[in-house]
Order: sequence, then structure tokens, then C-alpha cells
Amino acid sequence: MTQEATHRAIEAVWRIESAKVIAHVARLVRDVGLAEELAQDALVSALEHWPEAGLPNNPGAWLMAAAKNRALDRLRQDALHARKHEELGHDLDALQAHVVPDFVDALAEASEDDIGDDLLRLVFTACHPLLSTDARVALTLRLIGGLTTDEIARAYLVPEKTIAQRIVRAKRTLTEARVPFEVPRAADLPARLGSVLEVIYLIFNEGYSATAGDDWMRPALCAEALRMGRIVAELMPDESEVLGLVALMEIQASRTSARVDAEGRPVLLMDQDRSRWDPLLIRRGLIALARAESLGGARGPYVLQAALAACHARARKAEATDWAQIVALYDALAQVAPSPVIELNRAVAVGMAFGPAAGLEIVDALGDEPSLANYHWLPSVRGDLLAKLGRLDEARAEFERAADMTRNARERDLLMARAHAVKSSP
Amino acid sequence: MRFMIIVRATPESEAGVMPEEPLLAAMAGYHEALAKAGVLLDGAGLQPSATGWRVRYRAGRASVIDGPFTEVKELIAGYTLIQVRSREEAMEWARRFPAPMGEQADAEIEVRQLYEMSDFAPSEAIDRFRAMEAQR
Repeated sequence: MTQEATHRAIEAVWRIESAKVIAHVARLVRDVGLAEELAQDALVSALEHWPEAGLPNNPGAWLMAAAKNRALDRLRQDALHARKHEELGHDLDALQAHVVPDFVDALAEASEDDIGDDLLRLVFTACHPLLSTDARVALTLRLIGGLTTDEIARAYLVPEKTIAQRIVRAKRTLTEARVPFEVPRAADLPARLGSVLEVIYLIFNEGYSATAGDDWMRPALCAEALRMGRIVAELMPDESEVLGLVALMEIQASRTSARVDAEGRPVLLMDQDRSRWDPLLIRRGLIALARAESLGGARGPYVLQAALAACHARARKAEATDWAQIVALYDALAQVAPSPVIELNRAVAVGMAFGPAAGLEIVDALGDEPSLANYHWLPSVRGDLLAKLGRLDEARAEFERAADMTRNARERDLLMARAHAVKSSP
Repeated sequence: MRFMIIVRATPESEAGVMPEEPLLAAMAGYHEALAKAGVLLDGAGLQPSATGWRVRYRAGRASVIDGPFTEVKELIAGYTLIQVRSREEAMEWARRFPAPMGEQADAEIEVRQLYEMSDFAPSEAIDRFRAMEAQR
């Protein structure tokens, strides 16, 4: 193996193992910033030893042992400087009891549950509500995703320094607040889990909104989010909202190849070439959704959104869409997670299921909604319904209004084209 | 990026010899690890070619030939589909694949990258260019 090939192989191992190593060390040293440092030291050691000695049989266990040794050394050092010798002494004795002669083999047999618990603790810590959303996203991509600072920066179209500082400050915030390295208690779990899912879905949407000219790291965010969602679903198989989010992302990802046409223009869901939808991802999404629903209980927002996506996914042609079912799902979603945007989507579904007049009623009720004041989909939907009702001049005006509102050149072209299409109707 | 890990058939797999407990456990453990890493997309074992068949296309005609097929080298016994961030990551996971016929048995796996839909996207544009050219 060439030097470069070995390095890339080691990087691949790191990508696979780093989150688990950081998580396990974080439990020992009780600080994620320090844990990442120590894990990085283990990586440096691997980069020094493996090119000559070859990759070990169990590279994960090797890295884990190397990082753990450094953690124990650090704790011993701190103990020498600390005043509370006895307290730390107890901790060290307990820790050293884990270090048996054939420690690499012992670690290789370390309970999968232990590693899973640590990883879950890391996920919750990286998504801690003390941190800003930007900070949570960067820290999650770094600690769970194993992305480099440069990769995160390219994905978010910001300078590397910005991300580096964001991560440093995030770690400092957690350290100074002495955030415990733990899975939240049952009472706090729903809100904390909500934060985790929000972070993952934000990352997914950032990738989903990427356009053809962007750095390839941007669309890669979708795959990262999917991967992290699947990991959390494995760690929390009884949480229906986690499965719901995974189902939603699998199905949305299934449409990646149909969402833009050959010229790079966005294609609306109803106009997409469904033969370009990925059946494997749809199947995975439907399975995840079924598992979520089999857990029983009230359906949360992610499960409902996944059910909506599944509705579309099951229709072989746009004409076969079960709009009544979609209306029912939006009704449920409006109860659980009401928002003007949800209401607008509900209006579209009602228009399809019960006729444009019914849909227009709902849209008109949203006319004064302040949060939709600059939302170009509102006039766009209104225009569509008016056109179907034969109110052509009003429809054209709405499409032109929508075109003015959008900052996206391709979307503007699409809307102006619709405006012109109305004008030329008899 | 997506890769398919293909387990090549052996005389034993073709004979329908069921894997022993340790091998089943190793395979299950490996696929669990893939799932826990968020990397597993799909996977299945294939029944011996005795229960399968081929459709052969010759000079515009198709004919059906029932298995079993004797050239074991040409056959596959199973597949695993993974989604990873790099070719090297696929290589590392392949390296960890348990010896598919048992630790001491001869066997081989083959890893192939999947074409993605985006690999085919340019053809629409190419068609349009061809149409434009033809009109000149």
C-alpha cells in the first residue's frame, strides 16, 4: 500500500470509529472537548504506527485502547495536581480495574450496550439546548459525523475559521456549564430528543436545498443526516418520532434524482418523473414508518410528515395520489404541530381532494398571516387555485407577485412561466 | 456512494449446505454492526442455482434454462448493499466481512460500486444536444 493509500484507509477507519471512541473517552473524562483531543491523539498515534506495522485486525479496538490510555494518563496527571486525591483515587482504582493485561482483547469484547449508551450520551450532548442551533449542527457533524472543519465549512458555504471558532466556543460553553455527560432523564427526554431530531433534520434540509453548482459536500449533508438518523434509530428503537424522521428522510432522499431536470431547474413533486424515484429508499422509508406506527401511541409530527411522504411515494402516478388521505394527515398534523405553512399545505390538499373553491377558502384565511408575508408559495398556491376557478386575471397577478418575492432565479423563471401560461388561456 | 458486497458461490453453498452456528452468528453480528453504523441498505442470501433459472438471449430470441448451473465460479450466493462516504470506507467494511463460508474455508467476496441515477442524468441533455445538432 502506498503512503497515501494507507492514510486514506486510516481516515476511513477514523470515520467509522471516531464517534464511538470520543463517546467512550467522554464518559471517562466527563468533557467532550477533552475527549475529542484525546481521541485525536490516538489517531495521530495510528498514523504513526499503522503505515509500517499495517492496519491492526481490529482497528476500532486499537483506537479505543490508545485513547483510553491517554485518558487515564491525563486523569492521573490531574489527580497529582488536584487537592481531592482520595476522591479521584477511588475513580482511578475503578478505572484501572477495567484495564486488564490483554486490554485490547477485553475492549474488543466490551459490551455493545456500553458503547451504544456512550454514543447516545454524545448525541444528546452535542445537541444540548444550551448551544445555539448553528453550534449544535457544527458540533454534531464534527463529533458524530466525523467531518473535518473544512468539510463542514464547505457544506455550509462559510469560511473554515468560522466553523472552527463555532466548535471551540461550543465546547467551552459545555465545559463552563459543567454539562453532565448523560442521557437525559425521562421527564426531559421528549424536549431533548426533539432537539436531536431538529438538528439532524436541519442538516438534511441544508443538503436537500443544495443546487447543481454547489460544492459536492452540500448534497452529501443529506447522506450524513440519513446516516446519523439511522444510527439514533438503532440506539432508540422504541422512539416512534426517531423512526418517523428516518422514514421521512429516506423517502425524501428517494426523490433526489427527480427533483431537478436536465437543465438543473427544480421540478415540483407532482411533475416529477417517478421512474427516477429510488425504490430501495422508498421501501426503507415505508418499513421505518410501519415500525414507528406499530409502536402505537399518538402520531407525532415526524411520523405524520413521513406518512404524508409515504402517501406520495405509494402513488405510481401523480394522478393516483390519495388526496383524501393526505387531507386527513394534514388535519392531524395541524392539531399536533400547527403552523401557517402546514395550513397552506393543507389548503393545497383540500383543493385537490374537494375542489379549488374549498382550497381557496383556507388560503384566503391565511391572507393576513404575518409569517407568510414574504413566503412566495402563498401567492403561488392562490394563483393555482384561482386559475382552476377560471379567475385568470387574478391568477396571473398572483403568480407575478410570487415571482417578485422569490430570490431564487430558477423559481422566479418557473413562476413567470406560469403567469404567462395563464395570460394566454382563452 | 453505494457498494454491493457479493459473496461468491462455492460447491457447498450450491449444495445447499446450511452455515453452522458460529458463521451465522458472525454474519448476523456483522450486519448488525452495519445497521448500527447507519450504513446497511439491504442484504440477502440467495438460494442455490438449483431453484433458479436463466433467460438466454441469442439472435433476437429468448430461451429459459433451468438451474442448477455447473460453473460455480460464475455464481453468487448472496449480497449486501452499503452506503458510505468513500471507496476507502467501503474497503474497510469489506475487510471486516466475516469469512463467508467459515473461518477456515476457501471463499471470495467481490465489491462493486453502484451507478447512481445522477450518472445517467447527462444522457437526457445529450439527447437534446443530438436533436439540436440534427436540426442544423
